[in-house]
Amino acid sequence: MTALDMAPPSVQQAQSVWRLRWKRFRGHRTGMIALGVLVLLVLFTLAAGPLAALWGIDPDSTDLLSRYDPPSADHWLGMDDAGRDELLRLMYGGQISLLVGLVSTLIGGVAGLGIGLSAGYYGGRLDALLMRFTDGMIALPLLPLLIVFGAVDLTKLGFSSEFAHSGAAGFWRVVVIIAVVDWTQMARLVRAATLSLKERDYVLAAKASGASPLYVMAAHILPNVATPIIVAGTLTVGRVILLESVLSFLGFGIVPPTPSWGNMLNNAQELVTTAPALAVYPGLFIFITVIAVNFIGDGLQHAFDPRSSR
Amino acid sequence: MAGFVLRRSLQALLVLWVMSFVIYGLIGLMPGDPLDVMIASNPGATPEVVAHLRAIYGLDQPMPVRYWHWLLDALHGDFGFSRTHSEPVLTVLAPALAQTCKLMLISFGLSVVLAFGLGVAAARKPGGWVDGFVSLFAFAGISVPVFWLALILIIVFAVQLHWLPASGMGTVGDNGFIDQLRHLTLPVLTLTLASTGQFTRYVRAAMIETMRMDFIRTARAKGLGEGRLVLRHALRNALIPVVTIMALSFGTLFSGALVTETMFAQWGMGKMIYDAILANDYNLALVGLLFATLVTLLSNLAADLAYGWLDPRISLK
Repeated sequence: MTALDMAPPSVQQAQSVWRLRWKRFRGHRTGMIALGVLVLLVLFTLAAGPLAALWGIDPDSTDLLSRYDPPSADHWLGMDDAGRDELLRLMYGGQISLLVGLVSTLIGGVAGLGIGLSAGYYGGRLDALLMRFTDGMIALPLLPLLIVFGAVDLTKLGFSSEFAHSGAAGFWRVVVIIAVVDWTQMARLVRAATLSLKERDYVLAAKASGASPLYVMAAHILPNVATPIIVAGTLTVGRVILLESVLSFLGFGIVPPTPSWGNMLNNAQELVTTAPALAVYPGLFIFITVIAVNFIGDGLQHAFDPRSSR
Repeated sequence: MAGFVLRRSLQALLVLWVMSFVIYGLIGLMPGDPLDVMIASNPGATPEVVAHLRAIYGLDQPMPVRYWHWLLDALHGDFGFSRTHSEPVLTVLAPALAQTCKLMLISFGLSVVLAFGLGVAAARKPGGWVDGFVSLFAFAGISVPVFWLALILIIVFAVQLHWLPASGMGTVGDNGFIDQLRHLTLPVLTLTLASTGQFTRYVRAAMIETMRMDFIRTARAKGLGEGRLVLRHALRNALIPVVTIMALSFGTLFSGALVTETMFAQWGMGKMIYDAILANDYNLALVGLLFATLVTLLSNLAADLAYGWLDPRISLK
């Protein structure tokens, strides 16, 4: 019996890379705090339905006699400009804002991924074309362009007037127009990573043994670009939430009566003098959400980068 | 070098041309059409008259044909009339452009100076308390919704403290320099705070990267003072990527300017475009957007040139 045999088994067992990364992320203080804050925020917005039922308040019912009522036992944050419960509106608005951030990032991310992968993998003319297109997109003034997109009359595009004025159309319009402009970073990132990956031996070996381009991309390249995608995607969520809020605030995003943190400030000019607190809450929620998301992105970056210490 | 400028200018022109077509198409998709106000204000207009008017203005033509006519006119310097201002588009645009340039340049300059101060201070001791404070400030800067920041500043400085005016560009009857300055203070503060965060992060990252370099260690080893080391050796090298990236974010600054001008009722390009789209002022919105694109493209070109100028190792071909 040698000393080697007596060593406790399992000690040297390799840890999965994701477990290691989670461990490193946990060591990142601000990232962990931010994650906690974000979880609380999500729970807060999801509490809207149960709380509305519990309190027996209809969040959409207006009461012009109780406009700008101060906080009370029934309505903790008071009433908004149409006599609706401010707290419930904040919760429902948060659901919309967070959902737009998530869905828009997903759509834009997938588009950027596709464009970056094909540009990097196929190279040549396609790469040149796609990258000039991306550069052109980056050079555009984002917000004015989004406003034009937001002003497009959907009925002129062949949608029914009924759909064009529905809440669903308002939601999907914002999601789509933000995704249309916010895929460029992802595309450049994925392209750069793909360019270096496609020359690796294991990719060349896979190609040589007859694997199709689609297979190589899915099995060999995608898993290796996952890391930068996750970090960039996280930061995109924050940016998208900001874009949605400013669009909705300017009147070209989520349309009332559907609340979003942005459009709750539509009448801000009136709020600053009559009810300053109502002008503070929605923006404060946007601010906290986005800063939390950005800190999580920072933490992920730290956790995924083996060279970073601290 | 000249070849590079020429090629990039041609590329910029191409982007501008494609954009003009896309925006022209998009603006055609906005509610209403250029004649509806005229028709609505004239109850006697029969369908025949309306059709005749449409033919006169070429509105019965398909979009590509209308675009072609617009392009020919534009190339002759005729961008049409603004229907809300009843003036040629360029006459409306000129003062707005000047106002936006003023707002953007002042804010840009201030935030660059601020970012360098904060970034360099933070990079002296990464992980220290100064760094922690600066990082928090930087994260706050990139995460704050600009319109809300403006709201908070209005509530604090205009509504509560009565120190500064909440909107407008000057008091009627008083067009003095001080008065204009007072009206410009909050917009500039908003835009500066909103863009300093990102810039600070760039400076900090570049400085930390440079401070790890061998030549810094050498300089330190030969007994160079810390101040001279940071300012003359590290900062000059960190400047290269930072200046480029800052010039590139001029386009982002324009988005911020749109929000700021709207919040503080400043008659600049951003507010002009926003109002034009709200009021269906087709010609003005179109030309405003194209000018905004042009400004962004030019700043990108300037960024590339600055890159080559600051770093002789890079050859612009």
